[in-house]
Amino acid sequence: MDFKLKIWRQKSAAVKGRFETYKVSGITGGTSFLEMLDVLNEELIAKGEEPVAFDHDCREGICGTCSLYINGRPHGPDDRVCTCQLFMRRFKDGDTIIIEPFRARPFPVLRDLVVDRSSFDKIIQAGGFISASTGNAPDANAIPIPKRNADKAFDAAACIGCGACVAACKNASAMLFVSAKVSHFALLPQGKVEARERVQKMVAKMDELGFGNCTNTYACEAECPKGISVENIARMNREFLSAKLVTDK
Amino acid sequence: MALAGLFLITFLFVHLGINLLLLVDDGGELFNRAAHFMASNPLIQLFQWVLFAGFIIHMIYGIILQVQNWLARPSRYKVEGYSHLSPFSKFMIHTAAIILLFLVIHLVNFFFKAKFGHIGEVNYEGMVLEDMGGLVRAQFQETGLVVFYIFALIILAFHLHHGFQSAFQSMGWNHSRYTPFVKILSTLIAILVPLGFIAIPICIYFNLA
Ligand code: HEM
Ligand code: FES
Repeated sequence: MDFKLKIWRQKSAAVKGRFETYKVSGITGGTSFLEMLDVLNEELIAKGEEPVAFDHDCREGICGTCSLYINGRPHGPDDRVCTCQLFMRRFKDGDTIIIEPFRARPFPVLRDLVVDRSSFDKIIQAGGFISASTGNAPDANAIPIPKRNADKAFDAAACIGCGACVAACKNASAMLFVSAKVSHFALLPQGKVEARERVQKMVAKMDELGFGNCTNTYACEAECPKGISVENIARMNREFLSAKLVTDK
Repeated sequence: MALAGLFLITFLFVHLGINLLLLVDDGGELFNRAAHFMASNPLIQLFQWVLFAGFIIHMIYGIILQVQNWLARPSRYKVEGYSHLSPFSKFMIHTAAIILLFLVIHLVNFFFKAKFGHIGEVNYEGMVLEDMGGLVRAQFQETGLVVFYIFALIILAFHLHHGFQSAFQSMGWNHSRYTPFVKILSTLIAILVPLGFIAIPICIYFNLA
C-alpha cells in the first residue's frame, strides 16, 4: 500500500514547526504504524535528510512511550491500542495520514513528534507512592482485601501513563491519569493510610503544571488504550472533596 | 460550580411552576397573585439575593474554568477532536454566552420593568396588584421576541443536557446503581423544562390560552 504522510517537523522546543509531506510505498498491511515510520526514516537517512523523531520503546503496548496524534485521535483510529499496536491494514491504500505530536502546555514538543511528558513524573513524585518501608514482599493474602476493591485497583493500575487522555481532552486535562493513580492506591489498605494527603498533593501539582480542568466530556476514556474508566475521576473528586473537608492540619 | 449549577436548576423548576400558571384560564389572576407573592414576601426577597449569588458564582467559576482550559493547549491540532463523544459537552461556554444574553434581555423585559418601571394594575376584589400577566401577554405578541425566546430555551436545553449529569460526576456522585438513572434524568430535564417554558410564549402568541 502507498500512503501520503503529513508530519509535524520541529527542530526544537525553541523554534516554530510546520507540516512536511512525505510518501511511503510498498507498505504491507501487517506493518505496524511505527514500523511504517521506520521505513520512512530509512529512506530519509539514505537521502541524507533528517529522520523524523518519534517516541517508542517496548512496541508491545505496555510501556506507554509511543504517542502520536493520528488523523485527529491519539494512538490513531483503533480503540484500546497504543500506536505500536496499530497496523497499516487499518488504513486504505492511498490514504493521507496526518501525524501530529500530543499537544498540551505541560507537554512541550522537544523535536518533531517527541513531547516531554515528564509532567506526569512530577505528579507521581508529588504523592503517587506509598512512603512506608514495606520490607520484603509480604505473603499473598496476609492483608485481606475485598475482591471488588482488588479488581478496581487493578483496573486503575493498568494505566501506563502514555498521556493519550491529555492529548484527547479538549481541555488538555490530566484527570484520567491522576485519578487512575489516586484510585489505585486509595482502594487498597496499604495506600489508604496516606490517601487524603496524596490526593491533595497530586491535584495541586497537576494544576500547578498547567493541565486543564475536567468538564466531563469523556474523550479520555474513549481514547485510553487501557480502557481506564471515568469512574476513577468521580472517585478522585469524592476523595478530594472529603479530604479538603476533614484532613487534620 | 457544580453545586451552583444544580441550585440554578432548582430555581428553573420554581420559575417554571409559576410561569405555567399563566396558562390557567382565569384572566391571569392566579399568575398575578403568585407574582405578587414572589415580589413581596420578605423571605423570597432575601432568597433573590442568594439566587443572584448563585448565578455570579456559577458564571465566575465557569469563565475561570474555561480560560484555564483554553490556556492548557496553546498550540492547537490541525485535525481536531475526532474522539469527542457528547456534542453538547463541547459547547458549554457557547451555550452559556447565549443564556447570559437571554438573561439580560429577559431581566430588562420583565424584572426591571416590574421593579423600577411602571406596569398596569388590576383589581381583584379590592386587592390592587401589578398586572404581570398582562405584561407577559403584551410582550409575547412580538414575533421576534417569541422566536428569540424559543431559540434561547433550546440552547438552555443543550446546557442542561450536559450540565445536570456532569454536576454529579464533578461532585463524585458516581455509582453503577444510580449513574445511568442520573443520565436519563438529565436528558428528561433538558427536554421537559425548556419545553415547559417554550409552551408559554407559543400558547400566548397563537392565542391558545
Ligand atoms: C439557568 C441557567 C443555568 C443553569 C441551570 C446552569 C447549569 C449548569 C450545570 C449543572 C453545569 C455543570 C457543572 C459541573 O459539571 O460542574 C453547568 C456548566 C457550565 N455553565 Fe451553566 N448553567 C446556567 C447558566 C449559565 C450561565 C449564564 C453561564 C455563563 C457564563 C454558565 C456557564 C457555564 C459553563 C462555562 C459551564 C461548563 C463547564 C463545562 O464545560 O462543563 N452557565 N451549568
Ligand atoms: S512503545 Fe511501548 S506502548 Fe507503544
